[in-house]
Amino acid sequence: MTELALLALQVTDPLRLPNLVPFMIFTVIKMITVFTVTLVGVALLTLAERKISAWIQDRHGPNRVGPGGLLQPAADGLKNIMKEETYPDAAYKPIFILAPMLAFIPALLTFAVIPFASPISTRWGRIDMVVADLPIGFLYILALTSLGVYGIVLAGWSSNNKYSLLGGLRSSAQMVSYEISMGLSTVAVLLVAGNVSLNEIIFQQATTVWNFFGLTIAFFIFLVAAFAETNRLPFDLPEAESELIAGYHTEYSAMKFSMFFIAEYSNMVTASALIATLFFGGWDIPFTLWDNQAPWTIWKTLATATAFSVKVLFFLFFYMWVRWTLPRFRYDQLMSLGWKFMLPVALVYVIVIAALLLWLDWLGIRPGAMWGAILGGVNVMLAAILFVMLDHGKLISPASSRAQADRLARLRAMGVRPALTPDSVH
Amino acid sequence: MGYFYQINFYIFGLLAIASALAFVTRKSPVAAALWLVNTMFCLSALYIMMDAQFIGAIQVLVYAGAIMVVFLFVVMLLNLGHPSDIADMRGTWGKLIAAGIGVVLLAQILVIQRQRLPRIVPDVEAPRNVITGIAQPLFNEYLLAFEVTSVLLLAAIVGAVLLAKRRG
Repeated sequence: MTELALLALQVTDPLRLPNLVPFMIFTVIKMITVFTVTLVGVALLTLAERKISAWIQDRHGPNRVGPGGLLQPAADGLKNIMKEETYPDAAYKPIFILAPMLAFIPALLTFAVIPFASPISTRWGRIDMVVADLPIGFLYILALTSLGVYGIVLAGWSSNNKYSLLGGLRSSAQMVSYEISMGLSTVAVLLVAGNVSLNEIIFQQATTVWNFFGLTIAFFIFLVAAFAETNRLPFDLPEAESELIAGYHTEYSAMKFSMFFIAEYSNMVTASALIATLFFGGWDIPFTLWDNQAPWTIWKTLATATAFSVKVLFFLFFYMWVRWTLPRFRYDQLMSLGWKFMLPVALVYVIVIAALLLWLDWLGIRPGAMWGAILGGVNVMLAAILFVMLDHGKLISPASSRAQADRLARLRAMGVRPALTPDSVH
Repeated sequence: MGYFYQINFYIFGLLAIASALAFVTRKSPVAAALWLVNTMFCLSALYIMMDAQFIGAIQVLVYAGAIMVVFLFVVMLLNLGHPSDIADMRGTWGKLIAAGIGVVLLAQILVIQRQRLPRIVPDVEAPRNVITGIAQPLFNEYLLAFEVTSVLLLAAIVGAVLLAKRRG
């Protein structure tokens, strides 16, 4: 025991990782902090969603509970705890109860590997501002996102209700499809960083360019896939209320329903944090290397944590903005977008980026300003080509294309009257 | 560190065995599948404790994530009736043969145990670059085998789609 106490008190090199006991203590503190911040953030996000939707639709939104409606999440939470928990007769009870938890846990666990600020030097050594700095950081995220589907699928199945089952099946098909493009789009990021550790990915972006400017196409694919993975509009088909009542959570009430709600918002937080980390430099403050260098102070940590929060909050806002702006996709459009557009584009993109990196390496250009400029230039070119093709309907056909002249003529010859057009109304 | 390690090893090892037992004894297919997922998780935890983080992550990603989701999908679509309708332990002979195989397996494990006790705590600190160690042989020495395997898998997928289409 005295040995342990000595170990704990030992002052180590400020740049090295701390010993076991301080390491454990700091890890527990970080875990509690991340957990609390995420959950409180989620509660406030439900309010933010309603406020933003009100703002977009020119309404006031919730403004009765507390100053400016600030206590609305507390009121909602209280209501959900007090409500009766209902169990349908036909439901398979153990899994019915397990499903909301399964939806909720992976979303929170993912946050464990995302670095949220620069490290701090303490007298016990350097403390990294990430709960678990895994050397396989990114694979851990992929592994956990692949588990997110369980909660929804099992909720749909165990409710023993046709709408729930349809919602569950839709979600599993959707999430399995988009997971592939999501994984492939990040391969480009990993190729550029040459590492799967998220800290390394952030450092690479800080020293060259943010991946958004180097890998815009990967960013767009990741963004769309992230929307699909979190089941948010325009991809919220698993709960499409106009067709499926409420989809997979039709039979859930009270706190169990609330768990799905919390899971959705935690997923949004994690997805936003991932977008910020992979494509916008994570906690990096742009245009300066001050925050990426050795004397690690508390001010640097606070500044970088602020930078990270701003980025994450922007993407959370973006999520809501999209939800209240775009209509829902049709199911076949969703599937063809995933399989016929995003997957091939992501695959080709990986090959192009790999070839480009190989070529730069062969020319002897090391990662730096020049390297970033070339990557950015090629990126602008590729993005322009892709968007021109998109714009001309060569990659995705619009939902209802205007009838071609020859097809119209053929229809007329068959005796089909076209629908009313402005010039046919007299 | 040693005790911490040992305790975790026993927790996850026992959980893995318990879930595996539950997996073979549950009668509802969905419950059985979920127990299998739990077994995969415990195995992945054991891999990570052996500093084989890559295999641990892949274990969850491929088995628990991809394969089991598809499996559940099929089970749910087929909706294999109520648990009480399904009884897979059939006949005295089946039980006897199963018991015999079980005894042989147990004997084998005992023989292996006698020879050398497996060490629980690894001696060497694993390198930070976990993936390089797997990627190097895969893409240098065994590149041809690796690519041929992927083509084989692709052929299997195309074949499956073709058969499904023809049937319909």
